[in-house]
Amino acid sequence: MSTLRILVPVKRVIDYAVKPRVNKAQTAVEIAGVKHSMNPFDELSVEESVRLREKHTNKTVEDILAISIGPPKAADTLRTAMAMGCDRSIHVEVPEKDEMLEPLQVAKVLKEVVEKEGRNLVILGKQSIDDDSSQTGQMLAGLLGWGQACGASEVVLDGEYLKVTKEVDGGTEVVRGKLPMVVTTDLRLNEPRYASLPNIMKAKKKKLEKKKLEDFEFRAVNRLKNLKVSEPPPRQGGGKVEDVDGLISKLKELGAL
Amino acid sequence: MASSLRALRPALSTLSRASRTTALRQFSPAVTLNAGRQIRTFTDDVHNTPVFHLTEEENMLKEVVSKFSNDVILPKVRDMDEAETLDKSVLEGLFEQGLMGIEIEEEYGGSGMSFTAAIVAIEELARIDPSVSVLCDVHNTLVAQAFRKWGSKALKEKYLPRLATESCGSFCLSEPASGSDAFALQTKAVKKGDGYVLNGSKMWITNAMESEIFIIFANINPDAGYKGITAFVAEKNFPGFSIAKKEKKLGIRASSTCVLNFDDLYIPKENILGEEGQGYKYAIGILNEGRIGIGAQMTGLALGAWENAVKYCWNDRKQFGKLIGENQGLRFQIAQARLEIEAARALVYNAARTKAAGANFVMEAAMAKLYASQVAGKVSGQAVEWMGGMGFVREGLAEKFWRDSKIGAIYEGTSNIQLETISKILQKQYTN
Repeated sequence: MSTLRILVPVKRVIDYAVKPRVNKAQTAVEIAGVKHSMNPFDELSVEESVRLREKHTNKTVEDILAISIGPPKAADTLRTAMAMGCDRSIHVEVPEKDEMLEPLQVAKVLKEVVEKEGRNLVILGKQSIDDDSSQTGQMLAGLLGWGQACGASEVVLDGEYLKVTKEVDGGTEVVRGKLPMVVTTDLRLNEPRYASLPNIMKAKKKKLEKKKLEDFEFRAVNRLKNLKVSEPPPRQGGGKVEDVDGLISKLKELGAL
Repeated sequence: MASSLRALRPALSTLSRASRTTALRQFSPAVTLNAGRQIRTFTDDVHNTPVFHLTEEENMLKEVVSKFSNDVILPKVRDMDEAETLDKSVLEGLFEQGLMGIEIEEEYGGSGMSFTAAIVAIEELARIDPSVSVLCDVHNTLVAQAFRKWGSKALKEKYLPRLATESCGSFCLSEPASGSDAFALQTKAVKKGDGYVLNGSKMWITNAMESEIFIIFANINPDAGYKGITAFVAEKNFPGFSIAKKEKKLGIRASSTCVLNFDDLYIPKENILGEEGQGYKYAIGILNEGRIGIGAQMTGLALGAWENAVKYCWNDRKQFGKLIGENQGLRFQIAQARLEIEAARALVYNAARTKAAGANFVMEAAMAKLYASQVAGKVSGQAVEWMGGMGFVREGLAEKFWRDSKIGAIYEGTSNIQLETISKILQKQYTN
């Protein structure tokens, strides 16, 4: 049985229950004064890591390291991750601004952390609900040259191997891969726990290491520029027809038939 | 009140006791300090911050409790009210989340959080269900607190871990003939062997159906009057202990309220909480703190009722071609109501922080509880009207919030008792 050293990247995003609004300048989504919380897919990653530890004999999971690249407030998200059961965390602090780091940049930073911290399993959300890129996990696996299993709905550890069930169109697909691996999580993987009060207090004493992007060999540059962000046009109300004949005559009237 | 106390803090540490009192009189007649205690250390990080400022862990707790209330409690609120029973899974959830041992030290299996943390939790629970909130409130701010403050090491070791993780507790003071006049209680304790035998009955005991641990106030020496009142710890399965009746109530119906009977209830000596004859002091002290908790329950209730109604007015209900919340008549009522809620919350949080700062908080607590219950009653009543028919039917939660608000003027000191407390303190300050 191999010893797992897990890395769980988490992101602070606008809370899933909040309706996002575009800022006045139409350059980005308004983030000031808006409730933020941990990306829901990342909660699944944290939960799955903690469950791997609980399910197996002691020492199967050596440690669970959470990481977040984000503004000062991302520290709150890391505290939550630690209150849920992660052992320690790294906060790569970047200034709060409209433009986010792109997936390739994030993946490159994560690669350095994986190598420096001797990780052999990375569990991360299949996407974050703000930019919905859905690329970081795959890019990280590519950069590391590791196997990947994306969109997991079940993860089973079997010695040196992980058996991962993925939901695909029309059914499920089961893949088996040898560690080290990258796994991305999908919604039905588990139900994340609430951080209990005693664990919130314990999380206070866990280590949160501060870093900056400059501490990494890789230098981050965005390759894309947001030109304009706009809300979808409001839906125009349609008309109602009484029956099929009414529909046909309406379509004829519009020249569609 | 809040800002003046805070503004005074830097000065306080350097001022002598005498001049401190003068300074307070001058700038803030509302704040009285316990002259016997030094104000140096603050358990919460509240230096020069708004009264609503929360520490990092209090913020996390607020978020977790809000999530728990919305996901786990909310779907059951209506059914629990109709059935007049607390769903077992809710109580289990409260224990799992650590919400039943908020202030209990970590060594006893609790969370070791601040008093303000308990206030935050009680308020958040009440936004969804004031019945669940009062269970958490009584258990934490009265029962667990009494053990922490006055329990012997042996009692703490025996009961605090249970209170934090599995057993609910009740605080038994009121009797059929002694409510506001609490010290006229009739339950007697007679020495027998190495303990006491209790006979009598208690009334209006919150959580009694769910509880396993009871703090019972009884008189060991009726000739000495209230100076004979002593606090005892009993368990549900002690012979002679019984629940006589469960009350049917107007509001907070999911929270049990019972009549208890003690028929030769034997309590061993080691289960005396604190010292013999000191029970009256303990009861007053703990109820002063408890009032802040009820204040928080009431502001949470008001906020819950207000939010429930404004969401309807600003999103759903259209009349005369526009949302009813667009009418100025309603907008202004909504704004005024929120203002009153925030004012009540300021009193509650100030009382909590004043207590945390080690200052005398009796008047602050009485004002917070009184005003919060008044606002809760008013706002939850208005909310029913704003929602019209939908506020009146027993489908939504509007009418329930209003029924639940009534208890705020009654328990842990009626509104008149609060006014009496406030006016007594003021009179003392202003009498030459």
